[in-house]
Amino acid sequence: MGTKNKWLDSTYKQASERPVRFSTVSDMELDPLYTSADLDADAEERIGYPGEYPYTRGVYGSMYRGRLWTMRQFAGFGLAEDTNRRFHFLLSQGQDGLSTAFDMPTLMGYDADHERAVGEVGREGVSVSSIHDMMRLFDKIPLDKVTTSMTVNCSASILLAMYLVVAEKNGVPREKIGGTIQNDMLKEYIAQKEWICPPRPALRIVTDMIEFCAREAPRWHAVSISGYHIREAGSTAVQELAFTIADGICYVEEAVKRGLDVDDFAPRLSFFWNIHNDFLEEVAKLRAARRMWATIMKERFGAKNPRSLMLRTHAQTAGASLTAQQPLNNVVRVAIQALAGVMGGVQSLHTNSMDETLALPTEQAVMVALRTQQIIAEETGVTNTIDPMGGSYAVEALTDRMEHEAFDYIRRIDEIGGMIKAVETGYPQREIAEAAFHYQRQLEKDVKVVVGVNKYSVPEEIPIDTLRIDPAIEEKQVQRVRKLKRDRDSAAHKNALARVAAACRSGENLMEPICDAVRAEATVGEISDIFRTEFGVYTDPGWL
Amino acid sequence: MADKRLRIIVAKPGLDGHDRGAKIIARALRDGGFEVIYTGLHQTPEMIAEAAVQEDADAVGLSVLSGAHMTLFPEVLRQLKQRGAGDVVVFGGGIIPDDDAVKLRERGVKQIFTPGASTEDIVKWVRENVPPRQ
Repeated sequence: MGTKNKWLDSTYKQASERPVRFSTVSDMELDPLYTSADLDADAEERIGYPGEYPYTRGVYGSMYRGRLWTMRQFAGFGLAEDTNRRFHFLLSQGQDGLSTAFDMPTLMGYDADHERAVGEVGREGVSVSSIHDMMRLFDKIPLDKVTTSMTVNCSASILLAMYLVVAEKNGVPREKIGGTIQNDMLKEYIAQKEWICPPRPALRIVTDMIEFCAREAPRWHAVSISGYHIREAGSTAVQELAFTIADGICYVEEAVKRGLDVDDFAPRLSFFWNIHNDFLEEVAKLRAARRMWATIMKERFGAKNPRSLMLRTHAQTAGASLTAQQPLNNVVRVAIQALAGVMGGVQSLHTNSMDETLALPTEQAVMVALRTQQIIAEETGVTNTIDPMGGSYAVEALTDRMEHEAFDYIRRIDEIGGMIKAVETGYPQREIAEAAFHYQRQLEKDVKVVVGVNKYSVPEEIPIDTLRIDPAIEEKQVQRVRKLKRDRDSAAHKNALARVAAACRSGENLMEPICDAVRAEATVGEISDIFRTEFGVYTDPGWL
Repeated sequence: MADKRLRIIVAKPGLDGHDRGAKIIARALRDGGFEVIYTGLHQTPEMIAEAAVQEDADAVGLSVLSGAHMTLFPEVLRQLKQRGAGDVVVFGGGIIPDDDAVKLRERGVKQIFTPGASTEDIVKWVRENVPPRQ
């Protein structure tokens, strides 16, 4: 360290320094300069090569020179046919994959006609209560060609069953469908807070889905291990990294306990990261995540298949970083975040729209967000070379440091007894709330700056058009669900639900019984009610 | 009596689980010297009104980020009135477009805070606008 310290004590000391805190958005303090002295002795080996262990520089040998990332914009609102129209629009604009946002009742396992759904139907995503809604949602979409992502968790088993049955009705067999279902229940208790039953039965359902997909739908990703929501809830980048990888460890442990061979399912585990404002920190986070996962899969779980070691990931720019003030500035934030994601080597990306702090995005705002990705891909030139930030002293030093700090958290979680136990005792929840509060205070003391909010604010805001959801759609959807419940074959429906309940009790894999129930026109709410009866209901402990 | 600390219920009505804001506000209000009761997530308007009455609250702060504010806020007001607690001050925040905020204020919500509001402003507003209930 001789030379760097000498420089710090002489040249840097004599130079001026602004009176600000030089730390990342997660408040990680940075050195004024990084040099080769900051890298570990085995740095070259730890950095490695793209497509080779430990995958720091990317999971594929040719990365974006071989294939660009998938541009996958999350969409969903109103009735199924409304979202189906948005899907067709996005596909016509050059998007490669679909990503479905469901409304709150669907996400929480309630039908549109439930009293808890009042005012929420189709608001924050598309309303899906039955197989008929799912058929309208994917009308004229070739399910053997397009890959679909579905963001749903506690009711994921039901929505996946519906997707399989829609494919089956369209003549596409299970083994041909490709896509991802989020289904990461641990991060629900940690951050996003959508749940039906307590953590242990929830994990059993997730493990059933991992087992089922490994056997029946090998192109389907049964879990997308998600840091996104952890970060949105206010965590630091290191916490996002640590808790997400720790969640991944827990899913692998549960599946192995079930008797699965790690290499039979691990290649289909995928990840989902948040891409926040702090450029270097985000690039380093993605690189550290790949190296950590590869190391854990190899050393902790003894995986042999190289695909089991590869952390493949979707990413989304940070919703919580956008501002309601001067919303056009969000276009710039999203562009910089998206660039960090690409420099970090993601496989798929959603860019947020500038108007999302105000409402669901308009079609025009979504177009700008998609074009942002296309400009990065086609105009900036960053796709010409692999991991272009690799070898930067600052980025490598940050990658190392985030990896070390995240492993410290993982050790702590192991000491607690694993992630289920940690979640039950509120450990990650409290850590995140603490970080969120710390950031808010820094913002209010102007230690951290958000342009247009605590600096460069203007008295008059520029009004922009926002999407309005017609309140009449709720009534329409409620009537549809009520009509279905009157008209269907009630004996077949009752028997199918009884079979789901029996499987809950016997421990039989739930997926086939749920598929049968969906075919018998059982609804999201009804199947969720079976979970409620059989497994109990989880309520928010309300930790502050 | 003059020293009686104000009691504030911070509540998350509806189904959305975005509790970052609600928790920060709850903590800031507590640090600001108020007595704060946080209900936790997924509360119905009935549960919130009932909690306000049971806890003898002076104000209720609601956080909604799901777009269901036009249904949930007025329902909380209605449920409070039904229980003879129409004088409890109701305020809130979330992803709420300006014209909706205007309508909610007309219907009796005392104040709406939108993204970017500082906790200091909210604490100050509560101090100036929430009288202790008689």
